[in-house]
Amino acid sequence: MFTRKIKELIIERALLLSALITILTTLGIIWVLLSESFAFFKVVSLWDFLTDPEWTPLFTQKHYGILSLVCGTILTTGIAILVAVPSGLTIAVYLNEYSTKRMRNIVKPLLEILAAIPSIVYGFFALIVITPVLQYFFPSVSGFNALSAGIVMGIMIIPFISSLSEDVLNAVPNSLREASYGMGATKFQTSFKVLVPAASSGIIASIILAISRAIGETMIVAIAAGQQPNLTLNPTVPIETITAYIVQVSLGDVPQGSIAYKTIFAAGLTLFVFTFILNNISFWVNKKFKQQYV
Amino acid sequence: MFKSSRNRIIDKSFQVIGLATTIFGLLILATFIFYIFYVGATRIDWAFMTNLPSRFYAKAGILTAWTGTIWIFVLTAFSAIPIGISTGIYLEEYAKKTRLANILEINISNLAGVPSIIYGLLGLEIFGRFLGLGRSVLAGSFTLALLILPIIIVATKESLRAVPQSLKDAAYGLGATKWQTIWTQVLPVSFSGIMTGIVLALSRVVGETAPLIVIGALAYVPFVAKTPMDDFTVLPMQIFNWISRPQHGFIVNAAAAIIILLIIVIILNGFAVFIRNRASRKNNW
Repeated sequence: MFTRKIKELIIERALLLSALITILTTLGIIWVLLSESFAFFKVVSLWDFLTDPEWTPLFTQKHYGILSLVCGTILTTGIAILVAVPSGLTIAVYLNEYSTKRMRNIVKPLLEILAAIPSIVYGFFALIVITPVLQYFFPSVSGFNALSAGIVMGIMIIPFISSLSEDVLNAVPNSLREASYGMGATKFQTSFKVLVPAASSGIIASIILAISRAIGETMIVAIAAGQQPNLTLNPTVPIETITAYIVQVSLGDVPQGSIAYKTIFAAGLTLFVFTFILNNISFWVNKKFKQQYV
Repeated sequence: MFKSSRNRIIDKSFQVIGLATTIFGLLILATFIFYIFYVGATRIDWAFMTNLPSRFYAKAGILTAWTGTIWIFVLTAFSAIPIGISTGIYLEEYAKKTRLANILEINISNLAGVPSIIYGLLGLEIFGRFLGLGRSVLAGSFTLALLILPIIIVATKESLRAVPQSLKDAAYGLGATKWQTIWTQVLPVSFSGIMTGIVLALSRVVGETAPLIVIGALAYVPFVAKTPMDDFTVLPMQIFNWISRPQHGFIVNAAAAIIILLIIVIILNGFAVFIRNRASRKNNW
């Protein structure tokens, strides 16, 4: 009996130990980002980092303004969201309210394949297929541009929005639907005036998660958007995102401990802060504004 | 009357738009896959699978890439699965409402949202520099293991939660300890749910590129990794390297390698769907 208790206790402690690895991971991420960034900010002032319009750590004339990388990130993310939100939401409403149940059960998993395809494959499409197509219609588009990367990224995150939104639309109680139809409303009116508002917290949470995902997306922008930090909102010229910059430095021969090496941690910290805030807004919206139906 | 007929027109047109958007999404998927096969399928042959990388596209193969992918797949699975399942069990069965459990939960959902490239920075410093693993297979596997831990933990928790209390009560009634109940009753019935999560997580490992670039994995490795301490490359790294080259021959190579990568990913995802469907037919509580 006594050994049995000891055994149980040992098992519980061992399980706890593995759970603590997740805490260590978080602490590790924060420590790595902060310690290397701290060394970076000893050389570069925070003011320059936040206000200098140029980012050229790998040139002789060095500038360390994160703004142009942030701008590139916002640009590609914005285009992706412009593609993904309208189409994802339309698909969600259509599958939930208009299509047959059978069609939904087939189409939903098929669309989810879009999110399972590795992003390197999307990068290939953006560079080899979408960019030439864009150039055919608009000859002024350069070989690397934010537009094609953003469009392809938008396609990739469609299932995030369509599937998650369909789930929350589906969770709206049927009594609301029936009441709306009973008043003589069409499916369109029921969907957009009753169901979407009722499910809005879940839909908004899914959109924010998709934005966070787009900000952290790396390979598509590293392949198709270019490597030229550019403080512009012009989607047809080469730009560089935070993630693409980290890839660029990692591929090159930057000596460990140099200031250029430290820049990737300062860039990483910026990225981490952005996604951390967005993820937590998403949790918060979902929790705080969730409609409770009994 | 006028207004209601207008409403009906809006309704009908949305039905058309909705259907068109859905079909468009599926069409894009089909076009992607068709185009890749169109460009790359004829390039795949025995030599392509067994050749080392080369600066001549006609001679280049993916031997180092796919063997590297297998190395990473296996070592990541071995490091992530035990920790992921244990954590899931701890959170669901042992620490349900404690403050520590609450902190762990919040922490895990935050980790799930951290971009993969940040895990690369973590791996570079902790595994690469601090533990001295450099850019070895082991450093890559540990990095990706941390990346997929949240997926495995959440899948484990959800499948454990679906196990009915009556099953546990029956085991306790026979005098089983908590762990005996978990080990002999709860885990076997939640096995398929946990497996589904693990397979989906591993399918992500196969396609992951960014964190491996950051820890310093090379695109050009002229030999097959023999020990976990060797340098390595993986399929997505090889594809990335080929995409960035100007000659069309390398683009064809990239498409061919993408086909291999997609086949692996689709098999893994299909396997996950298969396990899930079989389980949902079997357990009806």
